[in-house]
Amino acid sequence: MSRFVERYPGRALAILIAVAAALWLIFATWPPGLEEAFGRKKVFLSAVFNGVTLGGLYFLVASGFTLIFGLMRNVNLTHGSLYLFGGYIGYAVSVATGSWLLSFLCAFIVVALIGAAMQILVFRRIEGQELRQTMVTIGLSIVFADLMLWAFGGNFYQIQTPAALVGPIELPFVTAVKSSGEAVYLQYPMVRLVILLAAVVIGIAMWVALNRTRIGMIVRAGVDDRDILAAMGVRIQLVFVLVFALGAGLAGMAGVVGATFQSLSPGEDLRFLLASLVVVIIGGMGSIPGAALGALIVGLAEQLGSVYIPTYAIVVTFLIMVLVLAVRPQGLLAGR
Amino acid sequence: MSIAQDARLQPGKSAERPATAAPTRDFGHPAVWAVAVLLVIMPLIANGFFLIEIFGTSLILGIVALSLMFLAGYGGMVSLMQLTIAGLAGYMTAVLGASGNANISLGWPWWLATPMAIALATLFGTIGGTLAVRTEGIYTIMITLAIASAFYYFTNQNWAIFNGHTGINSVVTPHFLGIDWRADIAFYYVILAVAALCFGAVSYLARAPFGLALQGVRDNPRRMATLGFNVNAHRIAAYAFASCIAALGGVLQVWNYRQISPGSVGVERAIDILIIAVVGGTSRPIGAFVGALIFVLLRTFTLDFLVAIGLDGNRFRLLIGLGFLAIVLFSPDGIVGLWERLRGWSGQGKAQAGGERHG
Repeated sequence: MSRFVERYPGRALAILIAVAAALWLIFATWPPGLEEAFGRKKVFLSAVFNGVTLGGLYFLVASGFTLIFGLMRNVNLTHGSLYLFGGYIGYAVSVATGSWLLSFLCAFIVVALIGAAMQILVFRRIEGQELRQTMVTIGLSIVFADLMLWAFGGNFYQIQTPAALVGPIELPFVTAVKSSGEAVYLQYPMVRLVILLAAVVIGIAMWVALNRTRIGMIVRAGVDDRDILAAMGVRIQLVFVLVFALGAGLAGMAGVVGATFQSLSPGEDLRFLLASLVVVIIGGMGSIPGAALGALIVGLAEQLGSVYIPTYAIVVTFLIMVLVLAVRPQGLLAGR
Repeated sequence: MSIAQDARLQPGKSAERPATAAPTRDFGHPAVWAVAVLLVIMPLIANGFFLIEIFGTSLILGIVALSLMFLAGYGGMVSLMQLTIAGLAGYMTAVLGASGNANISLGWPWWLATPMAIALATLFGTIGGTLAVRTEGIYTIMITLAIASAFYYFTNQNWAIFNGHTGINSVVTPHFLGIDWRADIAFYYVILAVAALCFGAVSYLARAPFGLALQGVRDNPRRMATLGFNVNAHRIAAYAFASCIAALGGVLQVWNYRQISPGSVGVERAIDILIIAVVGGTSRPIGAFVGALIFVLLRTFTLDFLVAIGLDGNRFRLLIGLGFLAIVLFSPDGIVGLWERLRGWSGQGKAQAGGERHG
């Protein structure tokens, strides 16, 4: 942190000013002139919250993607299919049992098993051939997409939000002040906040597991140099299978989240694959903090973009990606 | 430092793969001439449906796939945005030229709109390529895939130029010299001429100093940089050339269907192009056309075939996906590579590669 400030005082200052401006926009009561130019504060605040919660969902999807990429150099383009399949599994379980939490668990386990099977049966055989592995994942994603279309049809599915989490919650953010001097607070759907919280908890848990445990140490060593790690006697193939299973399982779980606050249909797999791609390109491939930062940026850009410049929302995301590629091709927080 | 220096490169230096020397050897083979003659007299044999829906469409898809084959086979860059470039050329043909959407189309004559569309698409592809060459290998796939999807979503959302998800309909096709160039037979010859031109250009360039240097860059960028070649300039130039080919294919595509919508530039379509190129084989230009013909035949007849043997007719993509997987796993050189290996086993001592389908 301090090293970054020393090396790039200009950039650090710009980031500081941007953060301060964002905080002011979120917490201050907007003066009338700003409201006229920019629209109501309520609209802005809900766009920010939608962006952050969407970023949480993107983080869940992209963290698995970046984990698999970081360790195995495998651009797993079936990641979107795994997301969608997890969502379908979660839907089936929640319809059958009525339990939201159980649907998470089932989606995680089933999709993690599929991931492990893919690693053992397919990717292990063509290890080290990155381009070919990627091609294989493209083929698999086509097959998966068609199988899912076959099994679930083209309908929209949505998982029922559990009763305890339905309804809005009042947040301590002032959106406006009434003429009587009474402050109006932001109302926000509870379930989205819970999901955001879950994403943050999972993110922190992953960070702790990677940085403070023995297994995490092995995985990090594998990211840096897997050949040396294997030479030191670590059963690297087992680590690969476990990491692939974990990454896939996270995608499956994200599918349940996505099915709860959005919906599932054919085509969502591509949408989330694209989102993961952009998130990891922005954040830096193979980096978990990078995935978090990238997900936040993409989520905010999409939501703020769709509120303030609706026609060009997708272009904003894309322009950010181009900008990052132009300035820092390895991504914002890439290790190397 | 620049492309001008390429002439120094000794031919054969990069001939680690048989790809480099093959194309010219083909021209001497009788089977090649037979296929060429067959393609020219095709209108006498095939009816309108086969002529345009099968052969015409195959050639068009083959042209777009050829641009990917050039990048992947000679440049080692797998770009998923070739269909996007073709789509942009198609959109620009519709927007600059005349169409049923009078509020959008500018109504320029075709001889002005078409070169302009190709130029714009080439520019777009070159800019995209400039971004993509900042990264390598699998990263290129990710970035070009992101570009392709961004373009798809953009066309869906933008109404001012791309007319949103309805797209642009009733695109006017060229009429001059008293001929309707979209009539089946005339259009077939237009497609055939463009395909032959692109095929010839790629075959020639593969053996020209630029193409040889590009293959050197593919095999060992560091060594080429040490020899004084500007690696990135070669890659970007390759993108520019491939974009131009893809743009030609895109113009033909929009003339073929007379309409264009976001569906025609979707991510699945972009991946179809990759499938075509990989299934055909990216080691030789002909692979793109072989792959396109197989793809179009499968797409057209799978439904009837699957129903005939008592299966669900809608599983076309499943079949394509499985076929693609099989090719990627078992024959990295695609059908063309498979064919060459078969020839190698059966007819040892016969003339080497060559003589497969020409389109």
